[in-house]
Amino acid sequence: MQQISASLKNAAKTSVWTPFNIVAGIIIAVGLVLTVIRFTGGLGAVTNLDHHTPWGLWIGFDLLCGVALAAGGYMTSAACYIFGLKRFHAAVRPAILTAFLGYALVVLALHYDVGRPWRLPYPIFYSQGTSSLLFEVALCVFLYLTVLFVEFTPAALEWLGLKRARNLVVRLVLVLTIFGVILSTLHQSSLGALYLIAPSKLHPLWYSSYLALFFFVSSMFAGLSMVIFESTLSHRFLHHKMDEHHLEQSHGVAISFARAASFIMMGYLFMQMIGLAADNDWHHLTTGWGAWYLLEMIGFVALPAFFFALGSRERNLRLIRWTALWAVLGIVFNRLNVSLVAFNWQLPADQRYFPSWMEVGITLFIVTLGVVAYRFIATRMPILYEHPDYREQQEE
Amino acid sequence: MEQAFFTLQEFMTHTKSVVYLLMAAALIGLPLFWLFLTGRDEKKRTF
Amino acid sequence: MGITRRQLFGWMAAAGAGALAPGVAKAAAGKHFSGYPESFGVLHDITHCIGCRKCEAACNEVNDLPDPDTPFDDLKVLQDKRPLSATAYTVVNRYQFESASEPVYVKTQCNHCLEPACASACFVKALRKDETGAVVYDASLCVGCRYCMIACPFQVPAYEYDKAFTPRVMKCTLCYSRIREGKLPGCVAACPKEALTFGRRDDLIKEAQRRINRNPGQYVDHIYGRFEMGGTSWLYLSPRSFSSLGMREDLGVKAAPEYTSGALAVVPMAVTAGVVLLTGIYAIARRREQIAEDERQAAVAQTRARAEEEMKQKLTEQKKAADKEREAIVNREVEKALKEAEQERAADKPAADDDSGKET
Ligand code: SF4
Ligand code: SF4
Ligand code: SF4
Repeated sequence: MQQISASLKNAAKTSVWTPFNIVAGIIIAVGLVLTVIRFTGGLGAVTNLDHHTPWGLWIGFDLLCGVALAAGGYMTSAACYIFGLKRFHAAVRPAILTAFLGYALVVLALHYDVGRPWRLPYPIFYSQGTSSLLFEVALCVFLYLTVLFVEFTPAALEWLGLKRARNLVVRLVLVLTIFGVILSTLHQSSLGALYLIAPSKLHPLWYSSYLALFFFVSSMFAGLSMVIFESTLSHRFLHHKMDEHHLEQSHGVAISFARAASFIMMGYLFMQMIGLAADNDWHHLTTGWGAWYLLEMIGFVALPAFFFALGSRERNLRLIRWTALWAVLGIVFNRLNVSLVAFNWQLPADQRYFPSWMEVGITLFIVTLGVVAYRFIATRMPILYEHPDYREQQEE
Repeated sequence: MEQAFFTLQEFMTHTKSVVYLLMAAALIGLPLFWLFLTGRDEKKRTF
Repeated sequence: MGITRRQLFGWMAAAGAGALAPGVAKAAAGKHFSGYPESFGVLHDITHCIGCRKCEAACNEVNDLPDPDTPFDDLKVLQDKRPLSATAYTVVNRYQFESASEPVYVKTQCNHCLEPACASACFVKALRKDETGAVVYDASLCVGCRYCMIACPFQVPAYEYDKAFTPRVMKCTLCYSRIREGKLPGCVAACPKEALTFGRRDDLIKEAQRRINRNPGQYVDHIYGRFEMGGTSWLYLSPRSFSSLGMREDLGVKAAPEYTSGALAVVPMAVTAGVVLLTGIYAIARRREQIAEDERQAAVAQTRARAEEEMKQKLTEQKKAADKEREAIVNREVEKALKEAEQERAADKPAADDDSGKET
């Protein structure tokens, strides 16, 4: 309790007019206006979606990238709690928080994207279209968001000083982690599998019957890179919130994660090649689409993998951190390729989709909400440090 | 329970809904069984 | 002949519609599905179509769609290719070829696939294949995710993007409520040139094959929709390659659900195996930890024992040393005392001597 009042006092002391707050404030204000337009004028009022392209930026970026980048949550908690790699302990809470916020925002974005958002519970509670992969996605989002929420509550409960409730939840950690890992595995892969139904619309270089596997494997290194990248940001802006335990572990975490990511990326490259061979798609490589595909594979997978390897061999944190950003961009590139660039590739250029500024505005709005929420929580709750009352128990 | 299906699509909707229910049963049942399995171990963290 | 072929098929259909109701189901044999038996379809003979747009008008009327911007008898709209839209379930497009003076007209609408991709994709069962053959949409379930639009290989479903509260997916219904009443679909009834024939799909395929055989050179030897994407209820006959008329010929014959069945089949197994596997890994990790812990404890115990031993030894040694020292001290003291005593004695003697000498 003391802490809350202390942090409130702190907040009151520092000025509200920091550059961060101003920019975030503007984006949020614009976002609110666009929200009103969207929900009074329909999808057509703000988006460029049309008959040929029913899924635009909000699915391609907000859903696909959002979920891929939230993969850090299951990667770290699995490493720490299931595989028993206790030295990653300090990375778990920030990763869980990001995953939770990421998923919450994905769900928020879906409310903008679907035509009748108030019916979003239908697939789970009312009419189950079990033959659809989107059903699986819906089920996983719903369950995993619940799991993440429970996994996150210990931090909030510590902050609020509710010891008994907190200890009850902590006892569930293992079951939750196992559920979480399974659900997010499924979820990541089913997002790729969404496109399996449209072999005639997705370019053969990106379409593969292994699409689900590709999405899953790439989400692994996406999550790892995201944990590194995000800890870089936290180090820069929230350094004062970290305890020794966290600071001491975070270097080790970065190096091990870079190594893991690098290896998985190399594996992913081979898998992609096997995918090409399985469908005999080699001849597409010499076309313009092929060049684009190679740019993705070499520029955004092979090279980051190599620099991650260098960074972890030479224990060069700077290199690792920049490479993490690069790899994160690579994942965004991949997801946008599948959902927007290579989708509907058969259409003439003038019928292709390009997002309207208002779609971009809503996306920015949602991302900003996420950053603000992360900052709010990480500066108040025991995320980057361990709560003094629970230090002993946490070691368990 | 002899049901007739005329399309693969219907067949899948039906079988998948049964399968999803079984999956839920596995998700809940297996951890509980693990509790039973390790119930006699030392008190310490048996889940 | 007083009865046109179209009407004939229509009557047959009407007679058959009654038989649909009780659903005399032949049990699904094995895992092969050949669609609803005796379901209906429409054969579109492109060579007969004159692009009058009467079907568009009829469709608009029977489905209560909003009035179009330009009236249906205005044929100038044919200059541009029009996609299906939220206000038009069916559209006729004109294809002009340099090699031929006469243009070719093609009517498009939902093809009512035998294994509809859209229904397979819908996560609330808002789309389903009806026993009449129609793929039917239920707006009261639809969430508006538009995955059906992603899935449809023929780019059919349209969406009411401009509605804020009640947006629907819009597509041809095969007029299934009219079929159940024993009537023909609106567009079929309106067509003046027999370009559209309604009937049982099986019969339509035979009829189409007959036309191809009877009129060599007039048709390409392919019934579009017979096998495309697992087959569709709407079938097409064309005087030239279908791909030149904007119809994709690269779709393959695999039904849409077959593309996803693999991924879907993995899910429940992955979950169940995943729980077992992860719990196992956890148990092994814990066990290893336990062993490490035990070993550490054993090692600790051992060192402690060794230390104690050493301590004991040291103690005894010390004791011994102490004893020795004490002995030495005692000895020294004794010696000292003895020496002193001796000295004393020695000192006494001469003194005594002296004394005695003096005394004497
Ligand atoms: S043509 Fe498209 S909308 Fe019509 S039934 Fe087939 S998949 Fe569904
Ligand atoms: S838009 Fe409606 S009908 Fe289409 S898949 Fe989504 S819920 Fe089903
Ligand atoms: S079958 Fe009915 S809904 Fe479909 S195009 Fe013809 S008139 Fe329109």
